[in-house]
Amino acid sequence: MQIDLRTVSITPLRQTFGHLARRMGADKPASRYMEATMDLQPVENFHYRPTWEPQYDIFDATRTKIVMKDWYALKDPRQYYYGTWTLARGRMQETAEGDFDLVDELGLAAAYPDAGKDHALSVFLPLRHVAWASNLNNGYVSAYGYGIAITQAACYASMDQLGVAQYVTRLGMAFNDLDALASAKNAWLNGQEWQALRHWVEDLMVEKDWFALMVAQDFVLDGLLYPLIYDRFNDKLNDTYGPVFSMLTRFQREWFGETAKWMDSILKVAAAESPENKAVLAGWINTFRERAVNALIPIAEIAFGDTAGSELDDAVQQLHARAAKAGIAL
Amino acid sequence: MDMKVAKKLGLKERYTLMTRDLAWDTTYQPMDKVFPQVTFEGIKIHDWDKWEDPFRLTMDAYWKYQAEKERKLYAILDAFNQNNGHLSVTDARYMNVLKLFLGSTPPLELMAARGFSMVGRQMVGAGPRVACQMQAVDEYRHFQTQIHSISNYNKFYNGMDEFAHQQSRMWYLSDGKSFFDDAITAGPFEFMVAIGFAFEYVLTNILFVPFISGAAYNGDMAAMTVGFSAQSDEARHMTLGLECIKFMLEQDPDNLPIVQRWIDKWTWRGTRKLASVGMMMDYMLPKRIMSFKEAWEIYFEQNGAALFTDLARYGITVPKCFSQTIEEKEHVTHQSWIGFYMKPDATPFHTWIPGKEELDWLSEKYPNTFDKYYRPVYEFLDQQEKTGNRFNNKTQPMNCQVCVSTIKFNEPGDPMSTCFRETRYKGEKFHFCSDHCKDIFEHEPEKYVQTYISSHQGLQGNCAPEGVDVNAPDFNPGDHIADYWKLDKRATGDFNGSEDQKNFAAWRDQATKN
Ligand SMILES: [Fe+2]
Ligand SMILES: [Fe+2]
Ligand SMILES: [Zn+2]
Repeated sequence: MQIDLRTVSITPLRQTFGHLARRMGADKPASRYMEATMDLQPVENFHYRPTWEPQYDIFDATRTKIVMKDWYALKDPRQYYYGTWTLARGRMQETAEGDFDLVDELGLAAAYPDAGKDHALSVFLPLRHVAWASNLNNGYVSAYGYGIAITQAACYASMDQLGVAQYVTRLGMAFNDLDALASAKNAWLNGQEWQALRHWVEDLMVEKDWFALMVAQDFVLDGLLYPLIYDRFNDKLNDTYGPVFSMLTRFQREWFGETAKWMDSILKVAAAESPENKAVLAGWINTFRERAVNALIPIAEIAFGDTAGSELDDAVQQLHARAAKAGIAL
Repeated sequence: MDMKVAKKLGLKERYTLMTRDLAWDTTYQPMDKVFPQVTFEGIKIHDWDKWEDPFRLTMDAYWKYQAEKERKLYAILDAFNQNNGHLSVTDARYMNVLKLFLGSTPPLELMAARGFSMVGRQMVGAGPRVACQMQAVDEYRHFQTQIHSISNYNKFYNGMDEFAHQQSRMWYLSDGKSFFDDAITAGPFEFMVAIGFAFEYVLTNILFVPFISGAAYNGDMAAMTVGFSAQSDEARHMTLGLECIKFMLEQDPDNLPIVQRWIDKWTWRGTRKLASVGMMMDYMLPKRIMSFKEAWEIYFEQNGAALFTDLARYGITVPKCFSQTIEEKEHVTHQSWIGFYMKPDATPFHTWIPGKEELDWLSEKYPNTFDKYYRPVYEFLDQQEKTGNRFNNKTQPMNCQVCVSTIKFNEPGDPMSTCFRETRYKGEKFHFCSDHCKDIFEHEPEKYVQTYISSHQGLQGNCAPEGVDVNAPDFNPGDHIADYWKLDKRATGDFNGSEDQKNFAAWRDQATKN
């Protein structure tokens, strides 16, 4: 049955769902982000306790030291629900695809000076394993976090990190060098320079407080690693050899610039909630930064040689500035 | 010259480099501390590398395909909403399908998202972990697109606006909630059998095909598009569930009895859950696609039998409940709809007595049972309604301690009597709807004594809205339950005479006449 409808204007009975109207304080249209996010996770009347951790409810706010009156205050400033997230990533992958194609067509990888190539690959390629760890750790946040606002953003971040790990792998493949991928993995597993970092990310895999894990992995470690490697090291390679690596890691740079906004906003809201939260966050950032800096020193040395110390200092300053902007004094 | 090496990689090697090769066995932290959940269920895995990736999708390809799908989907939704698409559905009774769907399905998709995130964190092998993570993020897509597609209907019709509040509180949504709560609180392998296999593989078609084709038949482009768009995700989910079963069975013969027990349990739990889908097909769609019985025969009896034949080489047998479900397919939908009709003050959707032609259709589709058992009931109820005695059952139902459904299904082999089982555990009595639910309880009593039964909770004063003193001498739980549910009176009771019915008629008039 096909019905021809004239365009008529009908007054709706209501503008939005009850839970959203109560949240907004008025019955008015809600964004698709709000509809996809707010108040959706069950909070009570669970049937059973997890057999794997009976001390907790299925979703349990006490899985972290951070306390929030309203967990949906941890909104995503990017307003990512699945649709907007995939569309954004879809565009980024299109750009990345173009970059990889161009490098291939113009033979830019083959033309890259050997010394530069070896140096660059020795720094970039082991990072695929760091991204893999971040995929797992963000997966923990999406699994055991509280409220859909944070768990969906962590779920997207986890998939993003899988994407990063795969783009780094493709970087190795773009240089047609499977041996380099294998020796990078060997460096990751056995090379002296990489052990402190591997030790740190493995320790994070057993961190039980999901908020702490998010701060350690997304704010501190990525907050140091991405500026250090994907910005500064790329700058150095660009100056010395040419911009090929910069092109092939564009996804990571763009991703970090965007995701850092999300992290900053989460920390700002959580810190503003209470002096207790603020103190917990400051404590975490201080401890985690120390571990992360120690883990990154040998890598900065491979990347920058003599100037490693000052490059890393700059990255730490940048991180401190972000914390300060989020209202957390260290 | 090794310059072409990487380009020569086959799809499989390439995917291995993109996933498994990223992983390593941790040494600074023991693996069993990093992945603490994979042994306690008794499943033995000797070699995670034997996992066969059921699909090979890297993130770049994933983003590309999914972005394309989302672009199309939201364009159609926007156009549908702008053009008052809701007025093109067959008749306003159809809205009640959406109410039932919104209350029961997006909340479960959400649980699937969280559950797959958990399993996607816990599986040791990189292959299954990534596949589960991808399913987790897909499930976010599902509950969000479902909510987005129904959001516009909510502006015009009653009974959809409190789904988020009702999902954990409303009695009739408790069966779905208990199903997912049960799965998510089990270990990762049982979750995979429960959701990945029983739900996604054995039962998904009968869950979604009727909704999607029902939407299409009844002029709901919005729900139809969402459903079709989810189908390609579901194809991946199905292969994951099946691969997981095969993987467990191939890893160790000791896994067989455990997996078999899970298949028995979850096929039964899923079957119980489907009674309401069947009711939607047989009673709620103004224009019907096929009867629940026919759907059950195609999707469960035929496809299911083929599947279990395929799994027989691993020693898997057809689920224990198979024959009972075949017998029940001629009864459950009628018993469910009558049950809902009899509780007009307790659901945010309307009920009605089928019209003459609809009764004839049911007689034709259910030649063995309808005229004999159910048609007379409807004729009686109709007569009562017409003489001003509309049936209204205000007694508290008895619920099954496992599946939580109201105990209302018939005794196997005897359609005239209600099946009722009970058992004692630690001095307390527990009730069940069937032998299968009783078995499930007896295998894990410590788990199932915890079941949240809303009728008990109500009587204990645990279902009062904020601000009500449950200790006051004149407190009567029944007085507050509708407020606790945030149940809109306009959304309850008979469709005939409802605001939905009047509004739809007036609006459609406005939109079709000059
Ligand atoms: Fe789904
Ligand atoms: Fe699915
Ligand atoms: Zn039962």
